[in-house]
Amino acid sequence: MSLDIEGKLLEATVKLIEAATVWLPEDVEKALRRAYDIEDNPTTRSFLKAMIDNVEIARSKRLPICQDTGIVMFYVRVGDRFPYTGLLPSILKKATVEATRRVPLRPNTIDVITGRNPGDNTGRYMPWIDWELVEGIDYAEVTVLLKGGGSEIVARARNLVPAEGLKGVMKYVIEAVYEAGPQPCPPIIVSVGIGANVSIAMKLAAKGLLRPVGVRHEDPEVAKLEETLLQAINGIGYGAHGMGGKVTALDVHVDYAPRHPATLSVAVVMNCWAARRATMRVYADGRIEYITHPHLNKEVV
Amino acid sequence: MAEYKLRTPLSEDVVRELNVGDIVYLTGIVVTMRDTGHKRAVELLSRGEKLPVDMRGLALYHAGPVVRRVGDRWEVVVIGPTTSTRMEVYEYDVIEKMGVRMVIGKGGMGPRTAEACKKFGAVYTVYPGGAAALQAEQVKRVVDVHWLDLGVPDAMWVLEVENLGPLTVVIDSKGRNLYEEMYRRARKKIDEEIYPALGIR
Repeated sequence: MSLDIEGKLLEATVKLIEAATVWLPEDVEKALRRAYDIEDNPTTRSFLKAMIDNVEIARSKRLPICQDTGIVMFYVRVGDRFPYTGLLPSILKKATVEATRRVPLRPNTIDVITGRNPGDNTGRYMPWIDWELVEGIDYAEVTVLLKGGGSEIVARARNLVPAEGLKGVMKYVIEAVYEAGPQPCPPIIVSVGIGANVSIAMKLAAKGLLRPVGVRHEDPEVAKLEETLLQAINGIGYGAHGMGGKVTALDVHVDYAPRHPATLSVAVVMNCWAARRATMRVYADGRIEYITHPHLNKEVV
Repeated sequence: MAEYKLRTPLSEDVVRELNVGDIVYLTGIVVTMRDTGHKRAVELLSRGEKLPVDMRGLALYHAGPVVRRVGDRWEVVVIGPTTSTRMEVYEYDVIEKMGVRMVIGKGGMGPRTAEACKKFGAVYTVYPGGAAALQAEQVKRVVDVHWLDLGVPDAMWVLEVENLGPLTVVIDSKGRNLYEEMYRRARKKIDEEIYPALGIR
């Protein structure tokens, strides 16, 4: 029995990674098409056209959307009554190796000490797994995020002086996007974390990339801050790949935790337009449901 | 804004004709190098040693492809540009000593590269980053690969391409840099419009 579920989970996870690699989530694709519709600059439009064509080719030929298939990161929300938690770490790692060979993915993990690339996207702490325990449910939700290097180069975090307040936070975010320029492959998704220290702020910012484009924070004040930042960033005028235009960011996400009396920490991460993520739910009876890529549910045994 | 179909080897005269904003489709040989490839190339050159490929008149591509081994051959699955800013420290030497006429990447390059483009006759062009499946069809075959000890992404891939593009000229040999101009406009907009509207000083 346990062998069966292991094999099934492994196959399902390889499929999940493949889906993230070749099939852009619907919310992101919609936002790209909207950008194409509202831009006037012909060069910018031709860049967006190339990106949208690319999304279609990747999907139909099952090819990676981008050659940088990123660092493989899993975000797992696991129910306290989910029966297979202990299986997940080894399955997620095996699935990463298998997907690297089969999809294929580019081998992107280079050992920092030895300089060696093992060729299968594993290594110390790799693939990265972020755990969240959810009380009262018996299923697990596994999201894979493939985060490329170009958009990571421009991530940053800092402790502001609390007196700088939210205006200071906004300035920090706008300056980060200004300095990033075309490097992170705009139109980007900007995710901001605010909190008591840079590690909390960065964790919140990183998690914000999992939220679909167009979904606002549940707190209306934070939602307003997101809208204000989005408008300001799009006012910068970079457009797709810096060719000039109205859509520099597809969306801005903000999340926060309380600050310490002495600190106001802020972190900014950006995702390229090729925001590749996929989520599946694993139920207690071993059934799999793909959430972001529901077409896969038909192919599942 | 003109559109060109060019073939390697590129002559200095042809490259000096190009202006920022022009679109190029390139046929011939491109050679990939990323950070570690650049570092190795510059080290070899500084010791007076030869590189595995004579790059005079060829295009240097900031890229690390996804490849597949088919029998004894390599096949490019998808390919696209990597962020070029990381190579800025090496590019002046690479353009000068290797005779590269075109650098292909994304995200822009700085004043040293622009200086080398002007002095030695080269251009920096960008391809829409992330559009890797679209570009795979433009790569005809893997001619050769060197420095695989650096890992697949960082190895030096010698590729035969057909109508690789659209490549937009961002730095020409006449001293213009499209992205520099973009940053200057953005700075003005932020300082004069965006910050005042938000009450940020």
